[in-house]
Amino acid sequence: MALSASKLSVGDTYEEVVVDDLTRTQLVMYAGTSGDYNPLHTDDLYTKEVAGYPGVFAHGMLSMGLTGTMLTNYVGDGRLKKYGVRFTNQVWPGDTLTAKSTVAALRDEGGEKLVDLTLETVNQDGKTVVTGTATARVDS
Amino acid sequence: MADDIKMPVEATHIMMFARSVGDPNPIYHDEEYAKTTEVGHIISPPTFPRSVAQFDPEYRLRLKPGEKWFGSGKNPTGLDGPAASSGGLHAEQHFEYHRNPKPGDVFTVKARQGKTWEKESKRAGKLMFTESIQEYYDQNGELVITSRGVGVKTERPVEQS
Repeated sequence: MALSASKLSVGDTYEEVVVDDLTRTQLVMYAGTSGDYNPLHTDDLYTKEVAGYPGVFAHGMLSMGLTGTMLTNYVGDGRLKKYGVRFTNQVWPGDTLTAKSTVAALRDEGGEKLVDLTLETVNQDGKTVVTGTATARVDS
Repeated sequence: MADDIKMPVEATHIMMFARSVGDPNPIYHDEEYAKTTEVGHIISPPTFPRSVAQFDPEYRLRLKPGEKWFGSGKNPTGLDGPAASSGGLHAEQHFEYHRNPKPGDVFTVKARQGKTWEKESKRAGKLMFTESIQEYYDQNGELVITSRGVGVKTERPVEQS
């Protein structure tokens, strides 16, 4: 399951489609579990008529959570040391997102082998919605 | 600064959270499976710590009985003026994991505000950024997770290209 440093090289990539045709229902589910009921994500009437957007859009943290699914599938469970992102574009119902990880560096720190990754999640039009970095513990 | 928040880490909450990010990985809900893994117990997905909002008694983005709320009922909400807290967007989020959380942990979450800064953008006018840091300590006083979020308030809605 876990990655091995000896089998990794800088520039290696891994990608997954993390959501296909994102539904409003999933936004509601995410609001319920995270506790973030910001009407921008669940209240179409408010979002259109008051906030001035085309409609509800995904929580940034949902984009990060979806991207995180790719990340943990790649590095293995419980291996993450750091995970950080920037939200570069909004994610809308109907979007299909592909999350990609690229090996940026392999290094040793405090007796552990680590991999540094750069992350990018794009929508069906190739527009970047999330960029980020992560560090995970790998086997030797 | 805000008071510390107690956050009990519960198996059902983890299961529901994993479902909501579309992750069927059994390490988030199957205790027997989790025992056979390297970690040896159920863990939470990487972005789970932000659901600390559930445990914040003052959290502004949750409906509370008897208090005016800005969700639309008969009419769109907020027509009588912008909602106090709904104009903010999330710009960045960073986590540092010192160990894996497990059901049964009880976190004490200490929050503090970080830097603030401004930037001009073509798509949304003036942007006002605020950084906030949360440290999640366990029942033994050990630091488990450090979270750094950056929120942004935009002068106008983000233009769609």
